[in-house]
Amino acid sequence: MTLLFNLMAQSLQMLLVLALAPLLIGFVRKLKARLLRRKGPPIIQPWLDLIRLLRKEVVLADNASWLYRAAPYLIFAMIWVAASLVPTFATGLTFSWSADLIAIIALLGSARFFLALAGMDIGTSFGGIGSSREAMFGSLAEPAMMMIVFTVSFVAGTTQLSEIAAYMVANMELRASVGMALVALLIVAIAENGRIPVDNPATHLELTMVHEAMILEYSGRYLALIELASALKLLLYLSLIACVFFPVGLATHDAGPRAMAIGLGAYVLKLAIGGGALALFETSTAKMRIFRVPDFLGAGLMLGLLATLLVFVTRSL
Amino acid sequence: MPLYLALTSVSALLAVSVYAIVDRRNHDVSRNVYRLCIGLCGVIFLAAVMPRGAHVVSTTLPLGLPWIGMHFRIDVLTAFFLAVVNLGGAAASAYAIGYGAHEKEPIRVLPFYPAFLAGMNLVVLADDAFTFLVAWEFMSLASWALVLTHHHEEENRRAGFVYLLMASFGGFALLMAFGVLGGVGGAYDFASIRESTRAGWTSGLVLALAIVGMGSKAGLAPLHIWLPLAHPAAPSHVSALMSGVMTKVAVYGFIRVVFDLLGPPAFWWSVEPMTFGAASALIGVLFATIQSDLKKLLAYSTIENIGVIFIALGLALAFKANGMALPAALAFTAALFHVFNHSLFKSLLFFGAGAVLNASGERSIERLGGLIHSMPKTAFLFLGGCVAIAALPPLNGFVSEWLVFQAILLSPALPQWTVKLLVPAVGVALALSAALGAGCYIRAYGVAFLGRPRSEAARAAHDPDRWSLATMAVLLTLCLTAGLLPSLVIDTISPVAKDFVGGRMPTQAELSWLSIAPVAESRSSYNGLLVFAFILFSAYSARWVIHKFGTARSRRAPAWDCGYIETSPMTQYTGSSFAQPIRRTLGVIAFSVRERLDMPAPGDTRAARLSVDVKDRIFDYLYAPLTRAVESCAAGLNILSLLTIQEYLALVFAALVFLLVLVAI
Repeated sequence: MTLLFNLMAQSLQMLLVLALAPLLIGFVRKLKARLLRRKGPPIIQPWLDLIRLLRKEVVLADNASWLYRAAPYLIFAMIWVAASLVPTFATGLTFSWSADLIAIIALLGSARFFLALAGMDIGTSFGGIGSSREAMFGSLAEPAMMMIVFTVSFVAGTTQLSEIAAYMVANMELRASVGMALVALLIVAIAENGRIPVDNPATHLELTMVHEAMILEYSGRYLALIELASALKLLLYLSLIACVFFPVGLATHDAGPRAMAIGLGAYVLKLAIGGGALALFETSTAKMRIFRVPDFLGAGLMLGLLATLLVFVTRSL
Repeated sequence: MPLYLALTSVSALLAVSVYAIVDRRNHDVSRNVYRLCIGLCGVIFLAAVMPRGAHVVSTTLPLGLPWIGMHFRIDVLTAFFLAVVNLGGAAASAYAIGYGAHEKEPIRVLPFYPAFLAGMNLVVLADDAFTFLVAWEFMSLASWALVLTHHHEEENRRAGFVYLLMASFGGFALLMAFGVLGGVGGAYDFASIRESTRAGWTSGLVLALAIVGMGSKAGLAPLHIWLPLAHPAAPSHVSALMSGVMTKVAVYGFIRVVFDLLGPPAFWWSVEPMTFGAASALIGVLFATIQSDLKKLLAYSTIENIGVIFIALGLALAFKANGMALPAALAFTAALFHVFNHSLFKSLLFFGAGAVLNASGERSIERLGGLIHSMPKTAFLFLGGCVAIAALPPLNGFVSEWLVFQAILLSPALPQWTVKLLVPAVGVALALSAALGAGCYIRAYGVAFLGRPRSEAARAAHDPDRWSLATMAVLLTLCLTAGLLPSLVIDTISPVAKDFVGGRMPTQAELSWLSIAPVAESRSSYNGLLVFAFILFSAYSARWVIHKFGTARSRRAPAWDCGYIETSPMTQYTGSSFAQPIRRTLGVIAFSVRERLDMPAPGDTRAARLSVDVKDRIFDYLYAPLTRAVESCAAGLNILSLLTIQEYLALVFAALVFLLVLVAI
């Protein structure tokens, strides 16, 4: 019985992140439009787009290989699995121990690996430009992320996300290192999701694209899967920030339906706040030049390293 | 029994060398030699993994120096490395049955190949300093001969020269190291070296000499300069052996000396391996990222992986010195796990590169492309190797790197400030090199195997023979198995960790669902099998839903590329253009780059040229002055060869007086 309940909670989490991810994108877009005094499409629009794409025939380039056709499924599956392993409304779900924070980051790395390869498969220069830039962002963002993981795990004494969240709930205190790690994580999240000022998700001017350039040749269901995966990635980063730094209202796995419902409400609220902050930030900054991005990410890396050193040296800050 | 089996097989390997010379006119000699090598490596592999009644078996043969003899011994560490060496050896031999048929002058490979295998086995089996050094030099010389297989090319001759120089330098350092270890009493068998005690500074000296000697063979920066020259110069199956296996023999030597012979460690011993390891990891991966020669790229990436292994070994030393048995076991296990992993995927990748080289005649990725269409099977296997070496889940490279990170996370408990401050820096280097490694292999695979073919040779390439493909498939399967069921490997390593760092990780096989947890499940755990199952399940369910409720239709059309696709495949992103952002932002750490743009004036119809000059800083600042100093000394001493007979006599007399005075004092 308990096992069944646990499995249900885990499946619920999988479906929840899948359902919420496009809505989050829609919410951010709507908010951005309102901030620019436009009306904007309805929040549900990304879902409608996805369904439309799923029904469309795929147009494949003549020399697309099997890798090109398998990559969208792999990317989607890896990011979906990673997103379902981050605690959203409850900690300690049945399979939460199957991958710790480092493994979740590495799963995102695998997805990036295949996305960048898919970008190079057709042999267009746009695909190459996107993959090359993505590889550069990745090689700076991933170490920064590892430094954040180091900091948080030193503080909590574990790399299991559920345990980290439990520790953070039990020890609500202000720590300089954790604060720095939060700022670094925000920087990494912006870069990894290709948001302004690193990349513009709405751009269609070829030379400024990174993510869009890689997936230029994709259409139909493949495009839908990749779009869904990138929505899931944004959701994953927001969940990560929420569960490590703001673990308020998180239920535990044995807490019963009532606490779970509270946890769910808190989670949706946190997503809304995170999405709102993102929309506000994006409308108030401009995109930066491509070779300024390493400075931006380097700042994240240095902050993460400082935070790690602080924990190593003082253990209390 | 296992020891005699191993020693008999080693002498049989030497006999195969002789056979290769005797029977050189036979057409089938190449196939026969490699078949025999598979069999003998298989026997030694079995001897290594077969249960040994006693924990340690040893023997003395009445060979070599008359008053010492030759000591051989198998303990857990030897057994582990014997298994790694012979797994790699058997794989390389199996691959070579097909690959070796393309060799134009087989006589330049066949006699040295079994000798090389025998040399590596003897190093691992040796139980006294004399046998160790003889075997070590034997291994170096055999591999040197193999590097010079294609000696008609100027570049390979240079590679052979640099290799010989560095190998003699390393061998010299090892000679000194064992000299200091043996002490004035001259105890050269390992048993009595273990017994003897020595002062702190002597240990430090031995450690430094061991780092230089073993590190120069393993490719530790800054002693790595020969490796990217020599490894690619040899035929591909030998490159795989040198990169995948011989560097591991050097790691074995380091572990044997530092963890076993030197006695209980002091904490500062960890500083050298960690610093040089971190430097190697970064320098190796940065150079790998800008290489356009596929085999050179793989050789540089070996330097990176050796760096990772040495980082883990350094951590193990630090923990062991502070009596923290469990973290020490974790770091040590991570190091050996990575040794095993790297021997698998590096061999796989070199085999793939060899297949590409044979099929297209090209080593430069800039003239390849689209191989996924012309060599589909190789492309799939090579992709597996890339994912494994890029440390991505669910393959095995990720597991060992994950274990290293877990060991780093335990290090704030170390009491010494030096180590405390060093470890986060090493952690950054490790994280950077892991991320850059992924980028490096995206580039290598994307440029060489994806896109449109950049040359006719790439278009016309074809998959290699069945032997080569089967060998690569077996290696990939092993990579996948080690990635999905890491608990098997960890439990195999734990007796070694128990004997060499005095602790063991919790038995992983007892954990539920075959997951691994280095310390406790509440602290960290990873389950490759489950993650892999989740990914497969999610991918297939997504496919099912889409095909059921959406559509499965697709149509082929010319690529869009925002309008029309450029017809020339030369307009694709090349390897150098792919590496440009990384070269600009991170390259400054390791090399100095000069980009020169030659832009013709308006109206001039000449083509514009962009040339990039990459210079190795280590070569410029360390080796170039050294070479100049040696050269000027040699030039100065040249005068001595032009003296008259009287002057020579005077010199001899002066030297005699000087020596006598020295003796008198």
